[in-house]
Amino acid sequence: MSHGLVTMSYIAASILFILSLSGLSKQETARRGNYFGMVGMAIAIVATVLSDNVHAYAILVVALLIGGLIGARAAAKVEMTQMPELVALMHSLVGMAAVLVGYASFMEPSSTLVGVEKTIHELEIFIGIFIGAVTFSGSVIAFGKLCGKVTGKPVLMPGRHWFNLTLFIVTFILGYRFLADAETGAGLIPLLIMTGIALVFGVHMVMAIGGADMPVVVSMLNSYSGWAAAATGFMLSNDLLIVTGALVGSSGAILSYIMCRAMNRHFLSVIAGGFGSAGGGEAAEIEGEVQPIEAEETAQLLRESKDIVIIPGYGMAVAQAQHTVNEITKLLVSQGKKVRFAIHPVAGRMPGHMNVLLAEAKVPYDVVFEMDEINEDFPHVDVSIVIGANDIVNPSALNDPNSPIAGMPVLECWKGGTTIVMKRSMASGYAGVGNPLFVHENTRMLFGDANDRLQALLKALQE
Amino acid sequence: MKIGIPKEIHDGEKRVATTPEAAEKIIKLGFEVCVETGAGEASNISDDAYREIGITIADSARALWQEADIVMKVRAPERHPELAIDEVELMKPGQTLISFIWPAQNETLMQQLAAKNATVLAMDSVPRMSRAQKMDALSSMANIAGYRAVVEAAQHFGRFFTGQITAAGKVPPAKVLVIGAGVAGLAAIGAAKSMGAIVRAFDTRPEVKEQIESMDAEFLMLDFKEDGAGSGGYAKTMSKEFIEAEMALFARQAMEVDIIITTALIPGKPAPELITAGMVKSMKPGSVIVDLAAEQGGNCALTEKDQIVVKHDVTIIGYTNLPSRLANQSSQLYSTNLRHLLTDLCPDKDGKLNVNMEDEVIRGATVIKEGAITWPPPPPKLTGSHKPLTEAPAVEAKPAKPKSALSQFLPILLAGGALFGMGAVAPESFLSHFTVFVLACFVGYQVIWNVSASLHTPLMSVTNAISGIIVIGALVQISAPGQIIQILSGLAILIASINIAGGFLVTRRMLEMFRK
Repeated sequence: MSHGLVTMSYIAASILFILSLSGLSKQETARRGNYFGMVGMAIAIVATVLSDNVHAYAILVVALLIGGLIGARAAAKVEMTQMPELVALMHSLVGMAAVLVGYASFMEPSSTLVGVEKTIHELEIFIGIFIGAVTFSGSVIAFGKLCGKVTGKPVLMPGRHWFNLTLFIVTFILGYRFLADAETGAGLIPLLIMTGIALVFGVHMVMAIGGADMPVVVSMLNSYSGWAAAATGFMLSNDLLIVTGALVGSSGAILSYIMCRAMNRHFLSVIAGGFGSAGGGEAAEIEGEVQPIEAEETAQLLRESKDIVIIPGYGMAVAQAQHTVNEITKLLVSQGKKVRFAIHPVAGRMPGHMNVLLAEAKVPYDVVFEMDEINEDFPHVDVSIVIGANDIVNPSALNDPNSPIAGMPVLECWKGGTTIVMKRSMASGYAGVGNPLFVHENTRMLFGDANDRLQALLKALQE
Repeated sequence: MKIGIPKEIHDGEKRVATTPEAAEKIIKLGFEVCVETGAGEASNISDDAYREIGITIADSARALWQEADIVMKVRAPERHPELAIDEVELMKPGQTLISFIWPAQNETLMQQLAAKNATVLAMDSVPRMSRAQKMDALSSMANIAGYRAVVEAAQHFGRFFTGQITAAGKVPPAKVLVIGAGVAGLAAIGAAKSMGAIVRAFDTRPEVKEQIESMDAEFLMLDFKEDGAGSGGYAKTMSKEFIEAEMALFARQAMEVDIIITTALIPGKPAPELITAGMVKSMKPGSVIVDLAAEQGGNCALTEKDQIVVKHDVTIIGYTNLPSRLANQSSQLYSTNLRHLLTDLCPDKDGKLNVNMEDEVIRGATVIKEGAITWPPPPPKLTGSHKPLTEAPAVEAKPAKPKSALSQFLPILLAGGALFGMGAVAPESFLSHFTVFVLACFVGYQVIWNVSASLHTPLMSVTNAISGIIVIGALVQISAPGQIIQILSGLAILIASINIAGGFLVTRRMLEMFRK
């Protein structure tokens, strides 16, 4: 295939990717958007494979097939509750690929560039590998945190900001060394050291972030993986990679920005890493008595109420309770009650996590509301049911300036009639913060596994 | 005992208390029935029709009142225009009277009746309970009034009720607002709906929402929490704040609707003024208001009792005798109500009246028992409990924080400086790529900014798949000479294609689950 044809195919692919992303921003066009993406990717790959300078077909086809099969299998098998882990893992793959391509590009001897162009090319390799490595190690740690293999609490080293700064300075010096050594073709050592530093940096950055902020981390890593692809595009002078990488990078950045705004976090502190730790005085101690309730009483309470709001959290995902929730919803609606879902922007461990779970359970999406849409309605709500959520319904975010989550907008369910909180125990949430909602006078605690308790509730309601 | 049916003397009153059909059944109860000549004429019932079933016809009112032991009427006794004497004067001592009385409004009449040592049953005081529905004349008359209100409105409204698209152009449907969804209101909703209009209704009692919606009309909600249900299923007076919210709603509706039918009454009080002169002015020319509360002062400020007036190009109908304008129908229903009451009053079917004060219905209806005023009765014990309904409050717009000029322009200046610096040193080939890069960033920004929150996860997995485009880089390199490069590229292709296949397929799986 001639160079012109390949370029045209790349343009087509770029347009399809743009259409894909814009399609994904609305429910009605989302499916079409996904297909656009697939077609764009297919065009790009086929055009590249058929281009004049590609001839190692054997390795190429084998690698594509094996990779494709593994990916398809993972996509078919993954539980919807494990989506955040899968996404984090995939980000790490992109980072890894960027590192590999960077090294391959460095070693390629056929480069004919000279002078400033050569320097820029080497700088691009350096930056590309750095971003790729940070994305890789950061995503691996995020994956570990999401599956609970790494502690969810923020791990803060003393003087970590100085540590970060040192890493940066060392990276700069290495970059300078690398550019100097590359003239003689011996830049591999600084490059390897830099990769190691980037990996440490990625680990350190995500380790310092608390579990409650995971949605932001996931979308931020998404953004990083895009920038890694764009950097690779620069190093290979490939416009398709640049365009696509920039698209993904900027969309991920905006997504993180939206998340940050929802949590009242500062965007820059997220990019720099290690946010989620407020300074200042001690958070107020939570005092008061917990009032437990049983499933039967809960059913009675629901029967007497008209306006019900369900607030799902990560606990629902863990207990796989979304189907039971849907059954209960259907039952209550058939009894003429108004049932709505209130979704906090950072509920779960990934942006939109709750929506995906509710969609899986076939909860119609027009009864699912965002925080801003429903928060002002809470004074009129008879009963709110909080299923395995904690920080997103924590009143101290609003009224305790020393709370680590102070200033984060939360679902103000305590303003309604009764709040029923379903929880496994009185343990504090992912952010490690106590919750005064649990001892609020209008709150009743329904202890136990969310799915078990909801099954009992469903049974009680059917009687 | 003999029951007398006098001719109604109220101006414009066309109803009669008993039709031949009802009289036949009353006779079976053992009563004798006597009708004043011409009593049924206005309802298209001739004297002969009464005679046919063995009813005697009295020549004059005076003769009839003298003859009868029980008198059944529609309207409360008043001054006889021809005899120039009060009907009460015609009464024999100890006589029984059954009619509408309105004891709260007619205190002197009550005194006069008590002085006559009469026993009086007021049809308007029959308690509202399921057992008494068959004798609830208020409901049956209200039903007729509601229907007739729509007919009157249609007569004075210059357009179709139903929307039509004809060869001669498009006709929009009439919009009707019914205020007060009691029996009359619901009847009006039904009639207007069946003529094809768009009907909205309002009531202070939230429990009637279902009834309104069952008639296929739209229930207008008020952004306010207060329950308007008083005892006995009637409305009560609302708080000041509630009334303000209500008036705002009416003001909005007045500008929009073509026809307003008001039926808001609070028992024993003047009708609340709901439609102000200003609202009338804001209505479209040719609009119609039917005020069913005209008798109690009217719900509209400009209503004139018993008149049709045109003010600010709006026709305001203040008839108080709407049931009488459907006289035959009203007489039929009213006489059936009376017959049911008589059946209860005469359980042995021996033609003797037994005013049993133990019976809750009879107790409620009896306002004077043998000269002793027994009104008002002890309150009935029923009203459904329910929860108030309110609409969600409007979302308050948050004022945007004003930004200082410096903080607005500084980033732009910095970015401009950086671009300029880069342009000074960077070679041509890099800049063309850089252009593409910057533009793509902006496209990404524009495309993603309005993504709906529920799609964040699919969006992320699709961008994840797309960032697998890095496979292109590896594909380009794999053919380069050198074992290490080939291995590195091969590995990169492998993991990037995991990403591509996994990302797209899992997105598809997720999107399949989303449904409306």
